[in-house]
Order: sequence, then structure tokens, then C-alpha cells
Amino acid sequence: MTQQKIASPPSSKKGDLAEEFLDRQTTLGKVRQALHRYPALSPALVLLVSVIVFGLLNERFLRVENLSLITQQVSVVGTIAIAQTLVILTAGIDLSVGAGMILASMVMAQLAVDNGISGVIALFVGLLTGLATGAINGFLVTKFKLPPFIVTLGTLNVFVALTLLYSNGATVRGSDMPDLLTWTGHTFPIGSVRISTGVIVMILLYLVIAYILGKTAWGRHVYAVGDDKEAARLAGIPVNKVLMSVYLAAGSVLAICAWLQIGRTNSASPNAGLDLNLDSITAVVIGGTSLFGGRGSVWGTLLGALIVGVFRNGLSLAGLDVLYQTLAVGILIIVAVSVDQWIRKAKS
Amino acid sequence: MTMTESITPEVTTREPILRARNLVKTFGRVVGLDGVSLDLYPGEVLAVIGDNGAGKSTLIKCLTGAEVPDSGELYVSGEQVSFKRPQDARAHGIETVYQNLAVSPALDVASNLFLGRELRKPGLLGSVLRMLDSKGMRKQARDELTRLGISTLQDVTVPVENLSGGQRQAVAVARAAAFGSKVVVLDEPTAALGVRESNQVLQLVRDLRERGLPVILISHNMPHVFDVADRIHIQRLGKCAATITPQSHSMTDAVAIMTGAATA
Repeated sequence: MTQQKIASPPSSKKGDLAEEFLDRQTTLGKVRQALHRYPALSPALVLLVSVIVFGLLNERFLRVENLSLITQQVSVVGTIAIAQTLVILTAGIDLSVGAGMILASMVMAQLAVDNGISGVIALFVGLLTGLATGAINGFLVTKFKLPPFIVTLGTLNVFVALTLLYSNGATVRGSDMPDLLTWTGHTFPIGSVRISTGVIVMILLYLVIAYILGKTAWGRHVYAVGDDKEAARLAGIPVNKVLMSVYLAAGSVLAICAWLQIGRTNSASPNAGLDLNLDSITAVVIGGTSLFGGRGSVWGTLLGALIVGVFRNGLSLAGLDVLYQTLAVGILIIVAVSVDQWIRKAKS
Repeated sequence: MTMTESITPEVTTREPILRARNLVKTFGRVVGLDGVSLDLYPGEVLAVIGDNGAGKSTLIKCLTGAEVPDSGELYVSGEQVSFKRPQDARAHGIETVYQNLAVSPALDVASNLFLGRELRKPGLLGSVLRMLDSKGMRKQARDELTRLGISTLQDVTVPVENLSGGQRQAVAVARAAAFGSKVVVLDEPTAALGVRESNQVLQLVRDLRERGLPVILISHNMPHVFDVADRIHIQRLGKCAATITPQSHSMTDAVAIMTGAATA
């Protein structure tokens, strides 16, 4: 009798505890595993919730014109964030994307307006300039083995100075430019919505880069290099070639972004877009791509850029000062990185 | 060299698959390899043992292209080669499982098996759009794991970081076995494993030998070495102290040679 009494309660209690423990594993653990496996899932949820909340706060928010405006506002940062995603996937960071992009846009605009060169050639030389900024970063990272942070901190200043020297600080108006350069700012109607060509270009770029990252060997190698450089090298991946190609790809993307920037602002200004260096990192981080490399996707980045756009637009519709938008974005970054850390601890 | 010939005369009549002569490798003022020679014959398991810092890992890295020796010659099937990168050794059919595993944690099992030599889809999708044949790679990965008798790995879409140490080791060994056409090199393959997993890896080594694939096995574990090795290369202070067989010497002898307490 006594034996039974002593023996039975602990065993039943033990069973309960074990069950409870397993339960906790299956609910919270499952969520974490799902987020771990699909890094774009958490930004997608954040975007959905924020759209619903802002929609309830202000009925103007969900109108098609406003949603179309958000996509246009997001197009430049959304595009340049593709370049940033590529670099961050390799465990690097590019502080110079915005500066390189502005330099390329000034080359496009001034060649066409000041030098009277045809729009096609001006655009082409501008695109090459953007590519060159990526090539310089890639060369310094792979040949001199400098940390990407240092390299791009340096080139950020170099590109800013070059832009100001080249342009004498003067803004070029869009109305003076050939039509080709401002083409990305044109809008066309789909039903009752007006879509800008710039947004279409951005979406096409996302499709192309997502395909390359997800479906080609090069994409695998980008992830492998960011994940563990030495393991990638021992597995026979030419690490430096992959890194160089990543910076060249980033240069190409920011070159196209320079064209979008001219269309979007209908001008080329040497003082514009410096915020884009950090805004692009913000979009990438909020989109769930890990700053430690090897994890993330461009779709997450698009969601990250949209989240920032929705917050800024929604808060301004709610009549709040710009400062509160900045505050909200800051908090978003910290929350996103915390979630990333938490997800990385997930083990199946 | 004379030692090798005197102990195993029957294998020296055959041509070695891998032959190294007088390899020297220095790191600044530290001498990692001080003129090491090694022969690997078809269908044998050659163990390399030695104390910490004896030059085991450096020797292996020089044989597999992870390090470039300062001087010395390498021959694969009688043809002189020089490896500048791991890819060069792989191109000659030498596959290596490194001690730190060399797997990419965030990539899944199939991606890791094919890392660096991915398969592309047939036709225009593969040649123009460079599209990966993910399905084909997953299928081949499953087949290879089954062929090696690695049954604990069913799902090849799981990221490697979610696997146990033994399972990760199995992925790395499977990769080497799947692509190694001439030599498979295993650096401390049982170091991080439990008893059962160790035995599986040792069985894997025997299976590779059965298939005629020679294996170089680096290990600290004497029972494992004496269990599977045909010959044992003993490194001491950057040199080859002796090459023995499990029949000619005991474990105690091997340890004595390793530590310099005795000579062969």
C-alpha cells in the first residue's frame, strides 16, 4: 500500500511533465522551425498585419491609388536592396550602394544634358559606371582581403566625393533629359491603377535574381560561401571568383537602380539618396536575411522594403510626424534581428 | 622507402596509385613536413598515425591540394601532378573528408553532396538558363546513401545543421565515396562519433576497399587503425618514422615508434 502510494504520484507527475515539455516543443518549436526553413515567412506575416492595422486606422490607406503610390515609393530602395542582399548573403555588407548608384545616375544625366550625348549612350556609360563601382569593391575585397565593411566605408566616401566633383554639386532636371532616361518614371494604367515602369523593372529584377539564387549552381555557391567560406573552399568552390561575381552583380543592379532613381525623382541630384546606403540594409535585415551570411532570400528583402514603405506611408496618413516613422523603422530593425537570432537557435 | 619494401614486398611490385616523394612544407620557421614520402597501392587501406604536431594533417593537405608543398613530387597513377587547389586533386579522382567536415550547415543534404559539381537540367533549361536539376540530385543523393548503407538519413532535403555529428560525417563520407574515382582520404572520421556510428564509418571504409578504392585514413584511435588498416604510416616530427603492418607490429610498438621510444 505505502509503496504504491509513494510510487504512483511521482510517475504520473513525470508523465505530465514530459507531455507538457513535448507540447512546448511542438507548438513554439514548430513555429521556430517553420521560420527557420522559410526565412521570408516572418516578414510576410509582419507585412500582412501592418497592412490590416493601417487599413483599419485610415480608410484611405487601402485605396488602390495609395497602394500604387507605396510601390512607387518603394521601387528605388527595393531595387538597391537586391544588390545589398547579394552582398549580405556572402556575409559581407555594402555601405556604398547608394553612393555608387547616385554616381551612376549623375553620369547618365550629365552626359546627356551637359555633353549632349544621345540618351542610349549616356544610359550605357552610366550603367558601366555602376558596374565599375561594384568591380572596385569586389577587387578590394578579393585581392586585398580587406573586410567588406572597411572597403565599402572607404568607397562610400570616394564615390560621394567623385559625384560632387563631377557634378559641381548641381542638380540636373528631368525635363532637360532625353526621354529614355526618365522613361522609368512613366506610368501606365492597368484597370483603374497607375503602375510606373520603374516598378515593373524592379519586379523583373527580383524575378531574375530570385531565379539565379534559387535555381542555379552560382546561387548555391553564394549561399555556401556566406555560410562557411572554408567549407566552401574545401568543397571545391572558387570562393574569390564567387565573391567577385557577387560584387559585379551588385554593381549591375545598382546601375539599373540609378536609372529608376532618375525616373522616380524626375531629376539627378548629387545630394539625393545617401540614406539609401542604410535603408537598403534595413530592408534586407527586416526581410529576414541574416547579417552573418548564408541565410535569406531576395523575396524577404522585397517584403522588408514594402514593410518600411507601408510603415512610413501608414504613419504619415495617420498624421504622425516623420520622426515617428524613423522611430518605428528603428524598432523594426531591432525586432527583426532579435527574431533572426531566435530562429537561428532552432534545431530539428 | 627501403622499409616499406622490406615489410610488404608483395605490394611493391604493383604501381602505386598515389606516390609522394620528399614533401617539404614550412610555415614561417615551423617545419610541418620535413621530406615525407608515401605510397598508396590499389585496394589498400593506409592509415597515417602520429602525435599532435607530427605533420599528419599537413601531409594530408599537401596530398589533397588544400596546401601547396614547398618542394617534393606527387604522382597519380605514375603521372606527375601538382595540386594548387582542392579542385585539382578532385579532378584527379582524389576525394577528401576533412576533419572539420567541410559541409555547409545551412544547405541541405543533397546540395552538400553535389556542392561544387551541381547537376543541371538537360536541354535548353540547363544549357541556356543554367537551371539546376534539383530532383535528379536528390534522387542520386538518396541512391548513394542507400548504397553506402546509411539508413539513418532518409530526408535529403534537411539542412545539414539539423543532423547529428555521425549523420554529418556520413554525408561527408558519402560525398567522397560518390565522387572519388581513385583515392578517398578520411581525416579523423571517427573522432567526434559514438561507438555505433564509429563502427558504421569503419564498415564504410571496408566497403570502399571492397570496391577497389584505396583509402588513406588518419586517426588517433589505435584500435580503429589496427582494425581496418593494411599498412600504417607513422609520422614523427615532420618525418615518416616507419611504415608497418598490423601483422608485423603491435599497438604498443606503434605507440612506441610514434613517441620516439623505439624505432621500427
